[in-house]
Order: sequence, then C-alpha cells, then structure tokens
Amino acid sequence: MSATAAVMPRYRQPTRRNTELALILLALAVCGFGYAQCDLAVLGSLASNTIPVMSAIAAIALVAHLAIRILAPNADVVLVPVALSINMIGLTMIHRLDLAEAQRAARNGTTPPSPDVYSQLTWTALGVILFIAILFFVRDHRILQRYTFTAMLIGLLLLLLPLVPGIGATINGATLWVRIGRLSFQPGEIAKIMLTIFFAGYLTQTRDSLALVRTKVLGVEFPRGRDLGPLLVAWFISLAVLVFERDLGTSLLFFGLFVALLYVATQRRSWLVMGAVLFLTGAVFSYLAFGHVRLRVNVWLDPFGDEANTGYQIAQGLYGFASGGMFGSGLGQGYPQLVPYAKSDFIIASLGEELGMIGLFAILTMYAIIVERGLRTAVACRDVFGTLLASGLAIVMALQVFIVVGGVTRLIPLTGLTTPFLAQGGSSLISNWIAVALIMRISDTTRRPEPEVVALEDAMTQVMSR
Amino acid sequence: MSELVLTLFRLGFLAALWALVIAAILVLRRDLRAPRDARPLVAVPTVRAGSTADSAAADLGNGKTAKPAKTSKASAKAAKNLPKSLVVIEGPLKGTIIPLGQSDITIGRAGDSTIVLDDDYASSNHARISFVDGSWVAQDLGSTNGTWIDRARITTPVTLRPGQQIKVGRTVLELQR
Repeated sequence: MSATAAVMPRYRQPTRRNTELALILLALAVCGFGYAQCDLAVLGSLASNTIPVMSAIAAIALVAHLAIRILAPNADVVLVPVALSINMIGLTMIHRLDLAEAQRAARNGTTPPSPDVYSQLTWTALGVILFIAILFFVRDHRILQRYTFTAMLIGLLLLLLPLVPGIGATINGATLWVRIGRLSFQPGEIAKIMLTIFFAGYLTQTRDSLALVRTKVLGVEFPRGRDLGPLLVAWFISLAVLVFERDLGTSLLFFGLFVALLYVATQRRSWLVMGAVLFLTGAVFSYLAFGHVRLRVNVWLDPFGDEANTGYQIAQGLYGFASGGMFGSGLGQGYPQLVPYAKSDFIIASLGEELGMIGLFAILTMYAIIVERGLRTAVACRDVFGTLLASGLAIVMALQVFIVVGGVTRLIPLTGLTTPFLAQGGSSLISNWIAVALIMRISDTTRRPEPEVVALEDAMTQVMSR
Repeated sequence: MSELVLTLFRLGFLAALWALVIAAILVLRRDLRAPRDARPLVAVPTVRAGSTADSAAADLGNGKTAKPAKTSKASAKAAKNLPKSLVVIEGPLKGTIIPLGQSDITIGRAGDSTIVLDDDYASSNHARISFVDGSWVAQDLGSTNGTWIDRARITTPVTLRPGQQIKVGRTVLELQR
C-alpha cells in the first residue's frame, strides 16, 4: 500500500511569506501613525528623532522578515508580525513618556533626561539578532533535547545568580537583578527559557511513568509518591525564589509553568488539582511568614487605604485606567507619566490611559494570538519534545501576561514581572524574542514538506550529511 | 493641533490597531475555525439504505468545503458496480486518484499511510477503508477529530457507496466508479 503513496504527488503547502510581509508593513504603518501622533499631540510637530527611530524599526522588522524567508521559510506567518506589533507599541509608549519627561524638564528648567527609546530600540535590535541567531544555529528543535540537563543547570544558576553578593542587586525589595558595572540584567528572564527547555526534555522522558502509574486514594487516582518528587522539587525551588529573592511573579511563573506542562505531558487533571493545592499551601504559608508578601496582599485588597504610600503606584495606575475610560485620552493627551514606573512595570496602565479599554483589548488580543500560535504549533508538532517545548513557551507567555496585567488591574496581587515585548527592559525583550524564535523553529520543522520519495534506481548518488 | 484633528487621530489609531489585529486573525481564520461539521447534527430522516451512520444532516447551509453529494443517481447502481477508485475532492491533495484493488487504504498523517495527509486536523492513523465481503467499509481508527461520512461522525465501521463523502480533517474523499 505504500507503493501508492510513493506515486502520489506531494503537496507543497504555500509558505505565505508574502502575507507575513504584508502584515509587517501594516504593523509598521500603524505604529508609525501612533508614533507621529504622540509628537503631534505633545509638541505640535514631529520630534527630531521620530524619522530615524521609525526607519530603524522598519529596518529591524524587514531584516527579521528576510531572515525568516531564508532560515525558516515554512514557519508560522502571524507570530513575528504580531510580536513586532507589540514591541513597536511598547516603543511608541516609551517615546511618548520620553516626551513627557522632556516637557517636565523644560518646565523645571533642568536638562532633559536622555530618551529611553534609544536603549529600548537597541535591545529590540539585539533581540531580533538573537532571534535570527537561534534560527540559524538551531536548525532542528530536537537538538535542544540533548541539552535537557545542561539547560536545567544553566536555568537554576541564572535563577540564583542575583543572590551572589557583589553582583546581585535589590531593586524595590526584589532581588532579581544582576548588575555588572553599568549594565544590569534580569537573569530570571533567560532562566525562564532554559527551564522551559528542561521541563520539556524531562517530561518527554518521564511522562509515561507519570501518566500511567497510579495509586488510588479515596477513589481518586493519584501518582505514586516517588513520581511526585519532581513536582515537589519544583515547588520548593519556586518557594526558595519567593523567600530569598522576594519575587512573587517569577515564583508563580515557574510553578505554574511546571504544573501546566505536567498536565500537557500526561493529560491527567489530577496534576492540576495537586498543583493548585500546593500553590494554595505555599501562598497561605508565605502570607503568614513574610512581611513583603503580606504587604502586597494588603495593598491588593485595599490600595486606597494607604494611598500616599504603599498603595500609591497601584492607585495611580487605577486612576489612569479610569481617566482613559473606553476610548482613552489619545496618545500624547493623557498623564501616564504620573504613575511610578510608567515605562516598565506599569506600561499597561499607561496604555490603558491613552488607548482606553478598546486599545488595551487590541493589545491583549495580540498576546492571545501569540499564545494561540504557540499552542497551535504544539498541536501540529509530531514529536513529544517539540509539543511540550512549544506549549511551554506559549504557557510562559500567557502566564506572564496574566500575572502582570492581573497585577496592574488589581485582579491578583501585584508582582514584579515584565510585560512581554512591551515593557522597557532588555532582558525581557531578548528572552521573548528567543521564545518566539524557538516557536518559529518548531513550526518550521513541523510544516516543512517531507522530501520527495525517489525510487532507488532513479536516485542520484548522494553525499550523506547529518 | 486642533482639538478635532486630535480626536480624529485618537479614534483613527484605535481603528488602525484593531485593523491590524483583525488582519492577523483573518490570516488565521482557517486555523481558528472549528471543522465545519463540528456542530451538533440535527437528525434528519435522510439515512439511506446501506448506511449505518447514526444520523445525517440534509443541508447545513455551507457548500464551500463539502459540496452536496451527487448521490441520487449513484445510489441506484451502487449495488451492481463496485467503485474503482478513491478520489480526493477537497483539501490539499485535491484531485488525487487512488486506484482501488483489494488492499486496505489507510489515511492519516503517519508516513506509512496510503494517503499521507499534511493536515493539523488529521490524526496520525486516522481512518481505514477496507474491502470486506464485496463492499468497501470505512472505519475510524480512534482519531481526535473523527471521520465523517456525509456530515455524520461515524462510530462503527460503515459501508461506503460511491458518491458518499468521507471527511478526514480538511480532506474530503469520495468513492468513484
């Protein structure tokens, strides 16, 4: 019966790279419009750096597109345009806040601070370069499976790096920065990619025993005690991050990722139940044991109770959302600079104020598209490791957006994670571009047409290469 | 900048932002859409002789991927003439003709299937069409999205007649004489 298969004409899926180019151009146009709009609203004319910055963004976007055409021609077409869009919206908002700072400096008669949009643009370029490098060096995602435990080691080291005295830095109560000279970096962001690779590789090896070997307790099937080990280890590590680095967000992110991947790998809901139980135990314990957690929770429950102090940031963010309303004040016409950390942690509040709920939902939809593409790639992927890696990267993105946006909008207690692609900060941008590169690689490998089967007698002598 | 221009810009940017999102979604619409037949079927008394399908819907009003079957002529002669080929009438492999012998035909994403589908909605070993007691029988091999015959999901092996449409993922096949 396979004889028929060999005769059959192989169908080549259209790669639709031109569609991708069209989407990128549309994104550039929309972003250019927003960027110019900030200038017009704040200054009345274009700022001196607008044209160069926009040209640089366009160049970065087109280089990324060309690289995909060469290195991953069969990969997903929507992922990169959407990621670029979010990145560019972030740049626009940072530029808009630069303008506000320059205005304030002019009013006070001080020298204006150098615009942050340049450093963000540099990081974007670096992120896209790394994106291309990953596509170039990782020709097949299955190679990464060989580095399962190397990835774990690097991931854990990165996670614990901020605790090393001398280079670790505590900013706003959380120890998640590494500072060497003038450069500061959040190693947790790269650790998140490494640990996703590790979880995917580890669960590929162990998922069968995790899924199949069960004991019954009170009529509900549970895994054996020894299979529970990894889950408990993940739980302890995320608790350690919480205790020693005082970082709620990273802790929640890693534990959530591991539990979600366990569920994807084994398709057993009991893991979710156990994960939730462990999470709640950890949450209650840390609420009772640590002052900084208690503070976050109290501010979450009642931000206006101590508005001038601890609740200031959240309250200002909420006022921003309120004044933005449905349609927003318009780019350059609100006061997003009043919120502390308006460019990084609270960029969602800045966008909510100037673009309103309608604009914010557009951005959230873009995140949903990225996550959907990741999960779609996972579904289509034929090997377990690729499936787990793609779903892991998508889950990280989803969890991170949920934790940040949930924190800023007071759905959950505020934690210190960055909004992917949007917030000011190099480590976050770089790691998210790496994540997108990995999803693109998996997608390309999966959708690559199988090579033509040539009958042996017709085939040419070939040099075998691995 | 006048107030009016700024207001127009403000609303214009929101519109542009959504235009971008919608453009991206339109590119994806093929993926986002559930398989057309995935809605609950309304049982319509058009189950024809020879078909053990639990239910068959007359017309669900979407003629794009699945054209109405040209069954009326075919069903009369079905008993007499055996089909000679299996033809792909929709999907990426559209136009492919597989001559029927006596051997089984397997359909799926796995490389050793007779018909190798490059389709996210198909399972690795999706369905089998085999020759049993003088007629061709379709059987679902535990696929995720099911095998559909004339818009009804099959749960048991079903005897096929020429002109009946077999749907696997995005591919529609038909027996022809």
